[in-house]
Amino acid sequence: MRLNVTVNGEPKQADDVWEGESLLYVLRERLGLPGSKNACEQGECGSCTVYLDGVPVCSCLVAAGQAEGHDVRTVEGLADGDTLDPVQQSFVDAGAVQCGFCTPGLVVAAHDLLHRVPDPSDEEIREALAGNLCRCTGYEKILDAVRNAAATS
Amino acid sequence: MIPFDYRRPDDIGTAVATVTGNPRAAFLGGGTNLVDHMKLGVAEPELLVDVTGLTSRDIERLPDGGLRVGAGVRNSDLAADPLVRERFPVLAQALLSGASGQLRNLATTGGNLLQRTRCVYFQDVTTPCNKREPGQGCSALEGYHRHHAVLGASRQCVAVHPSDLAVALAALDAVVRVQGPGGERTIPAETLHRLPGEHPERDTVLEHGELITAVDLPGLPFGPRSRYRKARDRASFAFALVSVAAALDVAGGLVRDVRIAFGGLAHKPWRARLAEDALRGRPAAPDEFRAAAEAELADAQPLRDNGFKVPMARNMLVSVLTELSAEDGAA
Repeated sequence: MRLNVTVNGEPKQADDVWEGESLLYVLRERLGLPGSKNACEQGECGSCTVYLDGVPVCSCLVAAGQAEGHDVRTVEGLADGDTLDPVQQSFVDAGAVQCGFCTPGLVVAAHDLLHRVPDPSDEEIREALAGNLCRCTGYEKILDAVRNAAATS
Repeated sequence: MIPFDYRRPDDIGTAVATVTGNPRAAFLGGGTNLVDHMKLGVAEPELLVDVTGLTSRDIERLPDGGLRVGAGVRNSDLAADPLVRERFPVLAQALLSGASGQLRNLATTGGNLLQRTRCVYFQDVTTPCNKREPGQGCSALEGYHRHHAVLGASRQCVAVHPSDLAVALAALDAVVRVQGPGGERTIPAETLHRLPGEHPERDTVLEHGELITAVDLPGLPFGPRSRYRKARDRASFAFALVSVAAALDVAGGLVRDVRIAFGGLAHKPWRARLAEDALRGRPAAPDEFRAAAEAELADAQPLRDNGFKVPMARNMLVSVLTELSAEDGAA
């Protein structure tokens, strides 16, 4: 099929797409957007989190056919040109990144949280990030980053 | 994952006919369980029929004070709906206690009910499992079975149903609307899922090709006084060890009416009718709640490592009913 999908505000087309392949695969391998990561492929780890029609989803579980005509925003679409989104900048400032594999998904999940709840409690932060696994940091710096982003944005 | 075909029909009738005509076809909703099972080799459909654009995503008011929830309504949208939160808080709480935000944003109402057990042996194709391959034997009987059933199990299968939503629906007397090759029918949510018996491969009473189109929540005047509680091994994103959905109507210090269902105890949501019958007309007091819970759990048959579930279920029910009886409006 020819897939039509809006990605980070721009209409995109990809040809020879198999409807059953994942949206994550389309983004990474066909549209040149490798920010969203391919880790567990089962919806457990959140590394592939993108916005689909404005809500965060695991793009590894979405079939390409299900994205036809829909709106996708990836981690690449959060910055304004060279200016990082406050959530991204906070991850840098707090040192919330070690190996970095979980980071794009966590950034999108945190971005969504702060859009819905500008001043979240620690409990709200933990619940909102429950679907994103990090095996390096122990999460403390990630929590710092989200708190800082809430305070500065 | 084996190769498969994918289709998006234009209407529900075509979708039902397509799946009915192919024993190895499956409906695709949010994909949060089916797609990961395909990757694990637990499910091997050769054709996916995507119904996400076909089933309703609307929540409609019913004349009796109830609601009709389209099968395509996402778990997150259902949990956030103001009418659901006002009339059936137990339902919103159940949904929010399950999965993660990213999954609730994908998972549909119909698909949530048809998710399959998280028994580790069912999900591991290298181990015997009667639910996955009838006749292989049950690895959980003598294996890792901390999460498994204490009520209604068989020697064939001791798995539990993982849905939180289904537990709330069983307590609320919800009705599942189904469209199949023979037309439409309705099934009480309480009887949608079945006990394993000799056929653990069958989770529900649905026939191949039948599609859930909606769930009706009948009006329940004391629905606002309801809640869901869930015990799990970590604070979020984990399946229930034990859960309770309950709604309570108290008048003059007596239980006028009550609805109770347990999760995590059986192969299906466990509607606690013995406990309900024991409580109607009795004082709304903790010792009564405890006696009712013990009556419901009297036939429990724990396995080697899950005996904790029986007192956990009893104590959780006492706690939830005690809190509900103390809520504002209790007479």
